[in-house]
Amino acid sequence: MKINRREFLKASVALGGGLSLEFSFPLVAKAAISSRAPVTEVNAWVVIHPDDRVVVRIARSEMGQGTYTALAQLVAEELDCDWAKVSSEFASPNEHIRRKRIWGSMSTGGSQGVRGSHDYVRKAGAAARIMLINAAAARWKVPAAECTVERGVITHGPSRRTLRYGEVAGEAAKLEPPKDVALRDPKDWKIAGKPMHRFDIPDKVRGKPVFGVDVVLPGMLHASIAQCPVFGGTLKSLDAGAAEKMRGVKKVVRETDFVAVVADSWWRADQALRKLKIEWDAGANGNVSSETITAMLREGLAEPGLPQARKLGDTDAAMKSATRVIEAEYSSPYLNHATMEPQTCTAWLKPEGFLEVWTSTQNGEASLETAAETAGLPLEKVEVHKMMLGGGFGRRGGPQDFVRQGVRIAMAMPGKPVKMMWSREEDMQHGYYRPASMVRMKAGLDAKGNLIAMHTRIACPSILKVLMPKALGKDGIDFTAVRTLSDMPYAVPNQQVDYAMRNGHVPVGFWRAPGQQNAFYRECFIDELAVAAGRDPVEYRLAMLKPGDKNRLVLEAVVKAAGWGTPLPQGIHRGLAVVDGFGSYAAMVAEVSVSVKGEVKVQRIVVAIDSGHVVNPDTCRAQAEGNVIYGLGSILYQENRVKNGRIVESNFHDFPLPQISDMPKVETVLVPTGGFWGGHGEPAILPLTAAVCNAVFAATGKRVRSLPLKHHDLRRA
Amino acid sequence: MLKLNVNGKLHQVDVEPDMPLLWVLRDHLGLLGTKYGCGVALCGACTVHVDGAPVRSCVVPASAAVGKAVVTIEGLGGSGLHPLQEAWIEHEVPQCGYCQTGMIMSAAALLAQKPKPSDADIDRAMTNLCRCGTYTRVREAIHAVAASPASAAAKKAQG
Repeated sequence: MKINRREFLKASVALGGGLSLEFSFPLVAKAAISSRAPVTEVNAWVVIHPDDRVVVRIARSEMGQGTYTALAQLVAEELDCDWAKVSSEFASPNEHIRRKRIWGSMSTGGSQGVRGSHDYVRKAGAAARIMLINAAAARWKVPAAECTVERGVITHGPSRRTLRYGEVAGEAAKLEPPKDVALRDPKDWKIAGKPMHRFDIPDKVRGKPVFGVDVVLPGMLHASIAQCPVFGGTLKSLDAGAAEKMRGVKKVVRETDFVAVVADSWWRADQALRKLKIEWDAGANGNVSSETITAMLREGLAEPGLPQARKLGDTDAAMKSATRVIEAEYSSPYLNHATMEPQTCTAWLKPEGFLEVWTSTQNGEASLETAAETAGLPLEKVEVHKMMLGGGFGRRGGPQDFVRQGVRIAMAMPGKPVKMMWSREEDMQHGYYRPASMVRMKAGLDAKGNLIAMHTRIACPSILKVLMPKALGKDGIDFTAVRTLSDMPYAVPNQQVDYAMRNGHVPVGFWRAPGQQNAFYRECFIDELAVAAGRDPVEYRLAMLKPGDKNRLVLEAVVKAAGWGTPLPQGIHRGLAVVDGFGSYAAMVAEVSVSVKGEVKVQRIVVAIDSGHVVNPDTCRAQAEGNVIYGLGSILYQENRVKNGRIVESNFHDFPLPQISDMPKVETVLVPTGGFWGGHGEPAILPLTAAVCNAVFAATGKRVRSLPLKHHDLRRA
Repeated sequence: MLKLNVNGKLHQVDVEPDMPLLWVLRDHLGLLGTKYGCGVALCGACTVHVDGAPVRSCVVPASAAVGKAVVTIEGLGGSGLHPLQEAWIEHEVPQCGYCQTGMIMSAAALLAQKPKPSDADIDRAMTNLCRCGTYTRVREAIHAVAASPASAAAKKAQG
């Protein structure tokens, strides 16, 4: 018997023990649970209740970025229904597979949630509207052209008869979907483009169990795990004697690269885990340290004949003709995502050979594939229940390590649901880190200080090599390692960008705006050049941006909003940067102060963003605020160092996060110019580091070329 | 057996006296709104009230809560919502939301002690960590509740 999620939920509720179960997944399959009346799927995205409630199926994940609501706004806009009656539910990954991937991409990264699905979700809303109108027209036996719709009520013009969506949904669902649908002009939007309240917030402030770690299932057990502290190492020996006798402990699970204790509560599992006597075989990487990694990157910068990510003109010749040549070396450390919810996965291998997984994932389909592969089951025999994420930032998409582990543990406990959660220490030391990288930049200026040639060499681990090898360029170029430098908008006639892939053993991954360290390098270096040329950094950049370039528009917008060039209070200094990425354009002015002791305080951030269209302006502002604080910690003090092959930092005492007192005033200026769809989850972090470091230079005269700032002596001389 | 008073109800739980209150709440009483973030009282995701004071329940042994009144996010507003929860919705404070229950518990304790906190008071009391960057809105929501006369009575009643 094949059990899909909805049948399972119905069965659970019918059994009467359903209270806690229903509470366990309040955000999925509401349509199936909450009403006995028949609900109708008009198409894969649009489900309509007899009382006109509309449930929009969302394939992307929700981690606070607002996609769960924004996509519903786009569907509802085209559907033309009553927004007060709209809610969302996650599309089932199992159903997705069985219906030939009907919901498109489930991946939630690269600021793709809206910009990667706006077209097909709007078309789904529009198609459903047309089918509903056609169903009403058929019932009335009138031409559909005589019918109009507003907020879910269909009116036949000549007779003034009306029908509600809920009354005709069943008939509409049986009709042939229209082949072509016209979409509304965004300037006519009534639901999209407005600051609608997010659907997920009320449950979150009530403390409802919506996250992966909140899953509760009948007879569920808990697991805490220890992975080999040296990446790539393996289990050598394990003495579980004392741990196995501890209260509540059910099993000690031994795997090649991790050990888990399963118990009747997470704390008991974790206490027993700490009593295990584990010996690891570090393998070949037991001597790797931050110093050896730095040496590896530096060696990469010196390698001759590197593949070129950009080649324009002749940089060597242009350097020879330059009046001045300026060189600088910049670098950045590894960084953990540090999601507030540690990695977690609940898995239940059922006797009938069906596997159910509950997890906080940025990609439900990838989780399902990982679970199926780990368990050796066909995709159809697995269901993944997508839970709300307690932070994602790129950690929970590409790498599905937590799903693999959760399923392995469940396979050791067949028939029992087991909820695995990592301790913070595991989470800090087993990330897929933002790559550590190093660049050497060389610029040739003419007599007026104009940039005529730029040659950049980049040494950086490849995220794609680790997570998506097929996406690597044919020269072995990882676009996430070179972008912002390889596609610089500045009109510089001679450019060369060389890429040295240096991977090391530390796993790297997509950390909010992958490649954003290049924005720090580029925009600080441009600042250095402007200073060398004795020119204003705004004027210097504008002179290199072509008319009509949207980088230019956001730069002009932020200059105006921030009052660039106007007097500042004593002790406050400005810096600026402009960067495009993730489909959008972002320019930022940072105002900072530096104390006599050299402590940096970011006081005010003004950011202008052009994302083409804006679906929910409040969510977009929240994303800008979030990008600022996420990036601020990495500027001020965060880094992950390596010693004896392992990550040094273990918790928030040595990987601190900014607190409320560190939060600068953030002013977000949305300047959507239409005609394209850009993202919001990442663009605002792109100019941040450079804007802050350029302001630090303005304040101190000290040029910061490596992070974090805590390593720099910024005291006034 | 430990006797714990949580959200006004008496519970008997068969746990070790040193099991942190957090895990009694989550795994034994099914009160899942209180979160684990660090396990060492650094992040505040596990903040609950014990006799009205905000405590980080990941480091408080369950036995230390015996004979005291424990309030979690589930019990904060009684049968309805605490004014802070309403303000949190109105100001769209949460992003991922994981740290927000602890944040709200800290804010409620602050307002109970200081009904009109200054920015400096908020900086001192609100040391909860948020990775998403909700701090600006946390501050706005606290000030909004402090400025609302209707909420003063509710806060007093809640204690």
